[in-house]
Amino acid sequence: MELVCPAGNLPSLKAAVDNGADAVYIGFRDETNARHFAGLNFNDKQIEKCLDYARSHGTKVYVAINTYPQPGNITKWERAVDQAAEYGVDALILADIGVMDYAAGKWPELRLHLSVQASATTHEAVRFYAEQFGVQRAVIPRVLSVKQVEALVSNSPIPIEVFGFGSLCVMVEGRCYLSSYVTGQGPNTFGACSPASFVRWSETDSKLETRLNGVLIDQVNKDENAGYPTICKGRFVVNGETGYAIEEPTSLNTLPILPELLRIGVSAIKIEGRQRSPAYVAKVTGVLRAAIDACMRDPENFVPDEDWLSQLTSVSEGVQTTLGAYQREWQ
Amino acid sequence: MSASGITRPARLSLGPIQYYWGKEKIIDFYRSVETTPIDIVYLGETVCSKRRSLRLKDWMEIADQLQSVGKEVVLSTLALLEANSELGHVRKLCANGVFRVEANDMSAVQMLAGKSDFIGGASLNIYNSGTLRKLVDMGMTRWVMPVELSQEVLTDFQQEMPAGIESEVFSWGRIPIAYSARCYTARAHKVSKDACGYCCIDYPDGLMLSTREDEDFLVINGIQTQSAKVHNLVHALASSTAGADVFRLSPQSEHTPEVISLFDKVRQGALNADEATDKLKALVSEDLCNGYWFNEAGMASCSAAGAQ
Repeated sequence: MELVCPAGNLPSLKAAVDNGADAVYIGFRDETNARHFAGLNFNDKQIEKCLDYARSHGTKVYVAINTYPQPGNITKWERAVDQAAEYGVDALILADIGVMDYAAGKWPELRLHLSVQASATTHEAVRFYAEQFGVQRAVIPRVLSVKQVEALVSNSPIPIEVFGFGSLCVMVEGRCYLSSYVTGQGPNTFGACSPASFVRWSETDSKLETRLNGVLIDQVNKDENAGYPTICKGRFVVNGETGYAIEEPTSLNTLPILPELLRIGVSAIKIEGRQRSPAYVAKVTGVLRAAIDACMRDPENFVPDEDWLSQLTSVSEGVQTTLGAYQREWQ
Repeated sequence: MSASGITRPARLSLGPIQYYWGKEKIIDFYRSVETTPIDIVYLGETVCSKRRSLRLKDWMEIADQLQSVGKEVVLSTLALLEANSELGHVRKLCANGVFRVEANDMSAVQMLAGKSDFIGGASLNIYNSGTLRKLVDMGMTRWVMPVELSQEVLTDFQQEMPAGIESEVFSWGRIPIAYSARCYTARAHKVSKDACGYCCIDYPDGLMLSTREDEDFLVINGIQTQSAKVHNLVHALASSTAGADVFRLSPQSEHTPEVISLFDKVRQGALNADEATDKLKALVSEDLCNGYWFNEAGMASCSAAGAQ
């Protein structure tokens, strides 16, 4: 089971490599990837350094080009594919059919992975990409129960990668327009959810308010912590009750079900968080490395170490974790 | 305006019912649609496979009846598939042998490609011409533009559109914004999806989610989240440069025939779009929006189209 770790900059990449990542995934410094944040990601020079460092340590590098170009701007995505191919990266992580068609046609030797942003949740959908574009691995959305992942893995023509830790998208990735509905910019077209330029924090007499393009996402007492106004983690009113109508601020953590994921044949575990700090990447990579190694040595007797769990919780959204959709009760 | 260069009148389509209604209500609804000037009707459950008011046989009866009164009928597939049983259901729809299918997920495309003509639904993520052409090669004859794309993007698409391909835009109704494994209606009732008790049948137009400032924001519809505001592109229908061949109207539990009639009058030139918008506003309790069409936030209402 491969451990795939996020890197939004060179220090994070080094942190991932040094703490036991089998592979790191990165993006270019523009809207061709789904973590298009100011100051994040790699330009040409940095990519070379990143590849040198990863290669000298035997770590693979995947490049995410996983947003959706529009008719007027597809050449930017094609150029990103060409650049990554010319650098000889180990795989591209793609979401858009047009981009995949281009990559498969122009760089037939280049390994392609299906991004979670392509929303493939069944073996038939995965087969489509494998047959049409020679995709060799699929990252699946965080919507399936463990049993459903098992069925998908056993019927899939290609290996399956799942999310193991990090911020939790509760909507099917690649089809969530919450951010674009409120701001005009969302993951598919712009590469970011709830972009910072639309965020406003303001104080009233007793409250701290967070807004996204004017829409009140949450309101806390001044002595509480106000989270980032991601729409799906906000507090709203439904049937007269105020609360987290969609999901609480929480992170996905699969340590408790690691033996299950190994048993059902999941090929790779991905850590979310290219936008997070090198310290986050170091900590989470280290814990997941130790856990996967322990689990593979003796899956029958695997129990997540208390220290691992507390380390992961300390870097989680809302300082709490969940198994998300893997667990049916969550659904 | 289709890519072939032959201008034909815009057609109106009725999207699938997004909500959970009982069998009688669904049957009555489609009876009420028979006499309307709607051209195309999309049928079937696209949101939650637990909703089974109608069996496939019942849907096929409705489809036959609508076809017999001159409607084009399309069978729509689930947007989010999770279980093998759901794949089985999609397989049956794809093999129905009579009606074209709207593929709302790549599993359906995989089943239809090279076998039958199909329609590419809005959730297929057709964001550029490369993607569109690839799907056309596989048998797609009409596509529905992703709801978040603008008129400008549609115009760009038209420059590179293969001949004979029809473009459809979501033109009236609550916008499908997201799908999830979790059922939010069940969550509002403090139960899990497996124990939902089919509670969404109590909300024939979904369940309102408001901000803490009492602003209607989103509508919960089981595992689907919708906009609270009602998307209105009646001005685009009135414009000769919209670039769409088909304008999709999304069913609500009340006033759908009136909505169809108003859009039809605008299409015929018998009513202008501003007047139609005033009349449409009177039929719904929420505000209208059209921001996506103008490359703005989806919830915005842009004055060029007069939706306020």
